[in-house]
Amino acid sequence: METVAPGDTILYLDGVSVSFDGFKALNGLSFFVEQGELRAIIGPNGAGKTTMMDVITGKTQPDEGMVLFKTHTDLTRLDETRIANLGIGRKFQKPTVFENHTVFENLELALAGDRRAFITLFARLSDEDLDRITEVLKIIGLSNRAKRKARALSHGQKQWLEIGMLLMQDPELLLVDEPAAGMTDAETEQTADMLKAIAKSHTVVVVEHDMDFVRALESRVTVLHEGSVLAEGSLDTVQNNERVIEVYLGR
Amino acid sequence: MNLPRFLLFFWIAIILGGLSPAFADLGADTNKLSLKSTKTKILAIERLVASGDDQAVAILQAFLVGNLFVHTLDKTPVIGRPSPEGYHIKSAVNGRDLGTVKKTALKKIRINNKLRKIVRGALGGLTLLSPDRDLRLNAAKSVFKSHDVLVIVLLEKAILRETDDHVLAAMKRSLAAVQATNSTQTAVRLSAIEQLAAYTDQDVRTVIAEIVGKEQTSEAVDPVNPVRIAAEKALSGIEARLKIWGYVASIFQGLSLGSVLLLAAMGLAITFGVMGVINMAHGEMVMLGAYTTYLVQDLFKIHLAAYFDWSILLAIPAAFVVAGATGVIIERSVIRFLYGRPLETLLATWGLSLMLQQLVRSLFGPTNQEVVNPSWMSGAVEITGGLTLTYNRIWIIVFAILVLALVTFLIKKTSFGLRMRAVTQNRAMASSMGIRTGWVDAMTFGLGSGIAGMAGVALSQIDNVSPNLGQAYIIDSFMVVVFGGVGNLWGTVVGALSLGIVNKFLEPLSGAVLAKILILIAVILFIQKRPRGLFALKGRAMEG
Amino acid sequence: MNKEFAGPLTALITASRGATITVGLLLIVAFLVPVANLLVPETSVFHVPNYAVSLLGKYLCFALLAMSVDLIWGFCGILSLGHGAFFALGGYAMGMYLMRQIGDRGVYGNAHMPDFMVFLDWHQLPWYWYGFESFAFAILMVAVVPGALAFVFGWLAFRARVTGVYFSIISQAMTFALLLAFFRNDMGFGGNNGLTDFKEILGFDLKSNVVRATLFFCSALSVLAGYLLCRFIVTSKFGRLLVAVRDAENRTRFLGYRVEYYKLLVFTVSAVLAGIAGSLYVPQVGIINPGEFSPANSIEIVIWVAVGGRGYLHGAILGAVVVNYAKTYFTGALPEVWLFMLGGLFIATTLFLPQGIVGLMAKIKKPVFVTKTPKAALTLGVGD
Repeated sequence: METVAPGDTILYLDGVSVSFDGFKALNGLSFFVEQGELRAIIGPNGAGKTTMMDVITGKTQPDEGMVLFKTHTDLTRLDETRIANLGIGRKFQKPTVFENHTVFENLELALAGDRRAFITLFARLSDEDLDRITEVLKIIGLSNRAKRKARALSHGQKQWLEIGMLLMQDPELLLVDEPAAGMTDAETEQTADMLKAIAKSHTVVVVEHDMDFVRALESRVTVLHEGSVLAEGSLDTVQNNERVIEVYLGR
Repeated sequence: MNLPRFLLFFWIAIILGGLSPAFADLGADTNKLSLKSTKTKILAIERLVASGDDQAVAILQAFLVGNLFVHTLDKTPVIGRPSPEGYHIKSAVNGRDLGTVKKTALKKIRINNKLRKIVRGALGGLTLLSPDRDLRLNAAKSVFKSHDVLVIVLLEKAILRETDDHVLAAMKRSLAAVQATNSTQTAVRLSAIEQLAAYTDQDVRTVIAEIVGKEQTSEAVDPVNPVRIAAEKALSGIEARLKIWGYVASIFQGLSLGSVLLLAAMGLAITFGVMGVINMAHGEMVMLGAYTTYLVQDLFKIHLAAYFDWSILLAIPAAFVVAGATGVIIERSVIRFLYGRPLETLLATWGLSLMLQQLVRSLFGPTNQEVVNPSWMSGAVEITGGLTLTYNRIWIIVFAILVLALVTFLIKKTSFGLRMRAVTQNRAMASSMGIRTGWVDAMTFGLGSGIAGMAGVALSQIDNVSPNLGQAYIIDSFMVVVFGGVGNLWGTVVGALSLGIVNKFLEPLSGAVLAKILILIAVILFIQKRPRGLFALKGRAMEG
Repeated sequence: MNKEFAGPLTALITASRGATITVGLLLIVAFLVPVANLLVPETSVFHVPNYAVSLLGKYLCFALLAMSVDLIWGFCGILSLGHGAFFALGGYAMGMYLMRQIGDRGVYGNAHMPDFMVFLDWHQLPWYWYGFESFAFAILMVAVVPGALAFVFGWLAFRARVTGVYFSIISQAMTFALLLAFFRNDMGFGGNNGLTDFKEILGFDLKSNVVRATLFFCSALSVLAGYLLCRFIVTSKFGRLLVAVRDAENRTRFLGYRVEYYKLLVFTVSAVLAGIAGSLYVPQVGIINPGEFSPANSIEIVIWVAVGGRGYLHGAILGAVVVNYAKTYFTGALPEVWLFMLGGLFIATTLFLPQGIVGLMAKIKKPVFVTKTPKAALTLGVGD
């Protein structure tokens, strides 16, 4: 376990364990992410990638361990809503958008702002809000589909829409689960560019399977295996790591 | 003790003690009942009692209700009943029919309250000596409550003669009760109280409590009254034991109710656990099972009357097949089109339940059908005076255990069970591994419905078989499933039994309706803590 | 903001053709039926007989009730199988006022207590009956009691994230528990018989034609007001969030919305609407008894919504009227067949008409996309 110097870390996990009916999904997982970093997390199926995201976003309570956001907030005590409002956005593995709303409405609902139920009854969009939505529509390349229902989008477009929703939320930390899954090569490339652009102003953690995609991100890589960190470094470093080759890449 | 009573006692003592073995002349003694002197009348009653003759019972009974007459012509006693022409009379001495006479031909032998009391006591005692075992048993039980001192002697005599163990025990119990209450000798009372202290039943408790009450008031300040002290001690002992037996009874009733709930909920839990489908027509599957039982019994009545007692054994598989087949048809024709839409499934199955109810109502009528308990399921076994277990309840518990064992075996040990568990845990994965999830769903739904049908056989034994039968149990079954959690039969078992037992413990405190309301509220509050029930499956696959 | 909106109210009515038609029809019915009943001579073919006014008034109450269920089920995906309870509670609150109005004209002539309490040998009015001699208080309770129950029940359920069929089942358990409770004589609500033999409302004879027509008018206006309120809700951002919760609850949560509060707010509003429907229903049918709590009643409301078209407010109104007209007709003409029909309706609707009659009509007209979301968001200047 490496020693961690908190300070400019935005996310700090220490000794996090989760088990489901005896199966240890996370096993003393420890790592940290620095402010402004773009980080890729890879690992074979069942390595605990999604469970890690569940723990960070408050969907799953860890059995033990600590998850700190910006060095002082313990996320393990908070629920999804609180964590989202602290500034952590999450994209699901399976693209999850509001199918019966238009692309525009999807972004509108994700827009940062007052989330109280009673307020939304009377909420109106301001001109700045509109500008912001238009801007994000451009970033995710869906400007000409703004009035379409989300369910009419292609799989890749839904992934982008979800990323766009994250942007609307304007979180400090974005957790992105397999954004390139089910995408064409061209779409994958576009997505990588999109994430790199986003990473200029946000901290982004990407969970991914696709090695080409990870390479395209040009980021630091953390390899998970059986619920804990196996290796960390540049993609080339970890690809040459013997243990990584043994459990993951070599097969 | 007043004079006539004392005399009566005295005479009975003499007669039964064998000092005066002279056979009573029924006619003469009966005639004496019409004389003026109370003393003579009492003597006559004594002699009639001592005769031990069945006819004496008839005479005293007639005397009691005012049907005893003296014929004005020959002065013989007769028992008469009013008829349109006057009175229909029989000889009091031998019961021979003497035809009908005018009212003027008879003179009534009158009775007063004092005598009425004596006759009643005497009648109770008389049957103690009857040759009929059941009559003796009844008499032994009835004199227990009489508190009549006269009975002591009769009981002692009867006990000496008695050969039947059961009757003997009842007589001894009654003797102790009467002695404890009425004996003049403190020693006798003490030993009787000591005997009574060993009993655990409500009636003995009442007797002892009365003694305690009497002794506490009559001698307000007597710290060393041995009778009172002994009675108090006996009372607290009996009450403590009764309390325990009360708990045992509540647990038994709770287990019995829990078994019913388990039978009704087991199928529901299976379909819900595997398919995520709440089958609102589940109650109607139970109802179909009950009607199948009714039909099977009807067939036996017509064709196999000799084996009628065993019709229920055939009804069980028949109900399974009828309800199970209906389930498979429902699954294939409606439910499979609604997978992934649990709320719509709920509505569609509710529609099915309405149709099935109306179908049965149209076919069999809205009224209750009579389903008979076979003889081996009727009656009850008495564990102690405080606890009676009816056979049909015991059999239902046994039946629930058998069905549970069968279902557990099916799920744990068969290949169908393996497939079913696979589908429960991860439908997509199971499907990709080549399991025909559609087939598993149909069979699972059939199995769940079939179990409901078998539950219907059990319910037909304790409840009315009507088109509404299923509705009465469906909400309770839901509560069991919600409470116990799905995907695990133990959850259903624990859920059913705990709801049953809690219900039966609440009932005496709050009444049946309030108990039910409290349980509903408790379950609603409970899912605060565990939204997926007691034994919920955990893990990512379960969230969707 | 958008220039199209002359005012929020007009916008609610004119933003969609369905809304315009619905509001228009409701207004026409509200005025026409009382006029045709009171002013048109009985010999005329245009005369609406008294029984029809009561019957139509009843349907309108059911329409409001159906709308309240649609608001939570159609838009937020919460299937309540206990909404009849809120309807009944509103009805009981009104019934209690009407009981107090009887005064000393009851069989026992007791001015302080309803007959059934005298019959039970009670000597004092229970505390929870205090205040119900006042119409204003009773109206307040019509909203407060169902609202409070929904708030408490919803708070418990939504906080624990009880969703889907679990929620349906426990809401059914709730109404079942209330059914059992109201059957008890010592609850002080008339037990099995409920509250009935009403005489007057606000001093007017309930049996008079004018009162009947007025109640009808009030019912129609309430449906209209309820419709506009629901429309306001579903066309707001709040409404779009309800749909978001229905379609992807977790997504909404991870966007930072406290889903349970959204559900709680809409559930409570819905319960109040149901309570108001119940309070209008009771003076028109003249009785309220525990049967209204029966789980079967609550499920029936859901089928009205399903038949009309869930997710369409006017669908709920249409469904309530159509199914109840069919019920009135068939329970009279072919009582044996009715339950088969009702059951069949449940199955057929879920299998073949998931969007109900209105959804079917929309599909016939616009085969590609069904836009049921408000135009407000669409008309905002999004560059194409």
